[in-house]
Amino acid sequence: MVTPLGSIRKRLFIQLALVAALLSMAFFLAVRGVAERAAEGTQDDILSASATAIADSLRSEDGAVTLDLPYSSLSMLGSINEDRVFYRVVTDGQTLTGYPDLPQPDQPPRLGTPSLQTLVYRGDEIRAASVTRPVSTGIGATTVVVTVAQTRQALAATSRQITATATSVGVGFFLLATALSLWAAGSALAPITRITGSVMRRGPTDLRPFETSAPDELVPLITALNSFMARLRASLSRTEDFITEAAHRVRTPLATVRAQAEITHRKLNKPEHKHAIREMIRAIDESSRSAGQMLDHAMVTFRADSLAQDALDLRSLMDETCDRLGPTADLKDIVIRRDTGDKPIPFTGDGILLQAALQNILDNAIKYSPDDSDIIARVGLDDKITLSITDQGRGFGETDLSALTTRYTRGANVSDIVGSGLGLTIADEVAKAHGGRLEISPNKKGKGACVSLIFPRG
Amino acid sequence: MCFADISARVMVALVALTLMTSSALGFEVESRKLYQAKSERSRLKVISTADLNVFDPIIRAFQDAHSGITVDYTVTGTTDLMGALYDEGAVFDLAISSAMDLQTKLANDGFAQDHAPQIATTLPAWATWRDQLFAFTQEPAILVVSDEFFAEGTAPQNRDELIAVLRDNPDRFQGKIGTYDVRRSGFGYLMATQDSRNSDAFWRLMEVMGRLDAKLYCCSGDMIRDVASGKLALAYNVLGSYAAAQLKHTNGFQIIEMSDYVNVMSRTALIPRTAENVDDARMMLDFLLDLKARKDLVAASGLPAVDAAALRTNPSLRPVRYGPALLVFLDNLKRQSFLRNWENSLLQN
Amino acid sequence: MRFLLIEDNPKLAGVVVERLQLDGHAVDHAGTLAEAGDLTAVANYDLILLDIMLPDGDGRDFLERQRQAEKRTPVIVITARSAVSDRVGLLDLGADDYIVKPFDFSELEARVRAVLRRQGGAADNATTFAGTTLDATKGELRFDNQTVALRNRELRLLEVFFAAPGQVFSKAHLIDRLFSMSDEVSDNAIEVYVGRLRKRLEGAGAKIETVRGLGYRMVAW
Repeated sequence: MVTPLGSIRKRLFIQLALVAALLSMAFFLAVRGVAERAAEGTQDDILSASATAIADSLRSEDGAVTLDLPYSSLSMLGSINEDRVFYRVVTDGQTLTGYPDLPQPDQPPRLGTPSLQTLVYRGDEIRAASVTRPVSTGIGATTVVVTVAQTRQALAATSRQITATATSVGVGFFLLATALSLWAAGSALAPITRITGSVMRRGPTDLRPFETSAPDELVPLITALNSFMARLRASLSRTEDFITEAAHRVRTPLATVRAQAEITHRKLNKPEHKHAIREMIRAIDESSRSAGQMLDHAMVTFRADSLAQDALDLRSLMDETCDRLGPTADLKDIVIRRDTGDKPIPFTGDGILLQAALQNILDNAIKYSPDDSDIIARVGLDDKITLSITDQGRGFGETDLSALTTRYTRGANVSDIVGSGLGLTIADEVAKAHGGRLEISPNKKGKGACVSLIFPRG
Repeated sequence: MCFADISARVMVALVALTLMTSSALGFEVESRKLYQAKSERSRLKVISTADLNVFDPIIRAFQDAHSGITVDYTVTGTTDLMGALYDEGAVFDLAISSAMDLQTKLANDGFAQDHAPQIATTLPAWATWRDQLFAFTQEPAILVVSDEFFAEGTAPQNRDELIAVLRDNPDRFQGKIGTYDVRRSGFGYLMATQDSRNSDAFWRLMEVMGRLDAKLYCCSGDMIRDVASGKLALAYNVLGSYAAAQLKHTNGFQIIEMSDYVNVMSRTALIPRTAENVDDARMMLDFLLDLKARKDLVAASGLPAVDAAALRTNPSLRPVRYGPALLVFLDNLKRQSFLRNWENSLLQN
Repeated sequence: MRFLLIEDNPKLAGVVVERLQLDGHAVDHAGTLAEAGDLTAVANYDLILLDIMLPDGDGRDFLERQRQAEKRTPVIVITARSAVSDRVGLLDLGADDYIVKPFDFSELEARVRAVLRRQGGAADNATTFAGTTLDATKGELRFDNQTVALRNRELRLLEVFFAAPGQVFSKAHLIDRLFSMSDEVSDNAIEVYVGRLRKRLEGAGAKIETVRGLGYRMVAW
């Protein structure tokens, strides 16, 4: 039994999906990080510009620092968003104008460089830009710190939007990558599926090596499989040889016994003794004939899976069969009348199988025909090829004609004749293997039956 | 502010409170009226700079639409309204003011709360800020001229023409010019600062007016009255909605919308952070924002609704925009310096 | 007729020789290919019966040698292999026919006859009695410039009578000669064939005579 260790496809897919998830997450963080820094940078730039504009408007008047708040300094902040704006201008620690409680930077910003920090003011997170500007008052120079701050709601909204976008892109990427992973896992394993399919589709006796193209990784498996099949084939063929051999071994003693029996039969005078001997001989013939047919049938099954493609002439095949069985027919004064035409009938197929089929049909016909009767062997060619043997025997009686081709089924009225019932089965299987069929019908002219092998034309 | 509409309605109880009783609040209450609902479910406290007679029909219509709400309507000045909310922590559910800059400062400094109006999509972008400030009127600042001084078709149509007319006829206009005292009037200050931004002509106009010994007023109504009576030849930066309302009753003056530009002011409603009856405040705010749909109320109150189409067809109309820019002229130093300039120009004697 | 049986199994060889002798044939037996080579070198056979599996080589080699030596003696192969695939190759190798063990001697005889007929026949296969000639190879009867074609059983029956003219053959003996072991026949079936022979022999110098209670014999008129 095979113990399932889980699916490779599933494992492959999960691993690929995990990688995709990690990449998606990294992608998400990167996009959001960059975008948020960009958005923050924009706000910082505007806050710095605003603070610088205010600082630029500082002047001294009557020894004191004063400020004419430039309109643009706050309007520029309002132009990009609707965040709340706070500002404060501090001179020597004293608030000159603006929001006196607005926090100052922890350290006074260096000259020329705005300092930026994120603070909490009036319950909201704010971003503050501060610049330091020395102002000459005539008496001396005083240092003024200008701070401009803005809440970060627009930034938060932008951030949410970026997060949403990055999330949807990340999720989209993940889903796409997952779908691709699924596809990739499937396509990577497709050769296995293909090979599995080609193993499953094989017939029970098809032990040919696989010649399918396979990825490098699967070549050892295929090679191993092929080598296993070769061993199996060799083993099967050894077994077959053994069975055949065993059957043959029995035949020589049987032949001896049979010859002995015939001699004895000659020498005996009492009819009942003669009858007993004949019964014995009949039993020998029956077992011999059955063994022969069984071996033929095994051969048909074996060869049908890998049909030989011989170039044949069905007409001469029929003639040869008639020649071969002519002496057998002679014994009963049966005349085989040939109606095989004068032209060869080319056909591509397995000659040995077709010969076996024809011999079995003709042999049957001879066996079931009465003495001094005729058998007609006909080869017909119209839109199909018909090889038919018509006898004047007893026909098939009441037997279901379609059942005659199943194994070991014999006609309903032949219990007194030696036979195994495999003959028509063999013929039927050969016909099917060649894309044709076996047809059994009553003889149209008089009694008897007509058995035909019908093949489509080449 | 002089149209006392004391039409008593049976269903409404009118309670006029004396200044004495309101002085405890620390800000100056001009008037207060309680619109008692028949069966009171809730009470809505409104603080407003709009006169009672202007807002009366709106409140009544609101009560018709939403029964069970008693409206406590308090009228005060723009600075007092700001002070009441900003410094004194007075509790009101809705604050309505014509001072867009002060309303902006309230919102900027965290004294307003968000509202999602039901008709948000139809509001022009300039008519709202931070989901906290909502403009519901659209009122131009106009020039009012007396028929006695300007025959029809002779009045100046822009500021340069106005300056030229005044310069060319100093004797005729001496002491006959009126404008806001921006030191006292929030609306006057807002219009003057917007003027100073919009045009160089403003300071020249102020110089000319100063030479002509311009009269300074606290309120549009007074200026309109004096122009109508011929006491003044013209008044500059008068609230157009008041003038239009007055023109229905009084003859003797014309309303001139300057062709170079017209500052357009809006009354602004906000829900204070400290509001107690927020639900009704939202309903009232939505009601005000839908004023355009109530032509009867526009006519009765004389408050022109926000009309985006008018702005599109007349490019010289310049609505004052909300935003931190309005905070610039509220800066102490800036205000001091602006007023100093203004005084230097206008108060030459 | 003279047969050479090449068969390594002595028991089988023994009974086959005995059985063929019963039908009046002369049979030499060779147990190996070497022996067979010796025998064919000195004697002429009408037919060789060849078992395909032999201790000192494959019967196929013998067929090959025969063909190279252009020996015209026909060969019927006796094979234990019954499958069609095993049999067809033999004909290609030069065998004239084959027969599968265990075999019916009637069938063997029929095949021998068919092979000889195809070959053109041995000259000494015609027997004459009382001016009547039986040509077993051609399957015909000749007398007075007449030629009468014979069916298989008629021929075989006549062969029995021609082999020993004047001798009385019992019905049982004739049945044994005429029908195969697997046929179930009654005693009087032979009368049908005797009747037919008499018809064939009409006008000839020989005739079939009934010996009451004993059987039949062929005598001259």
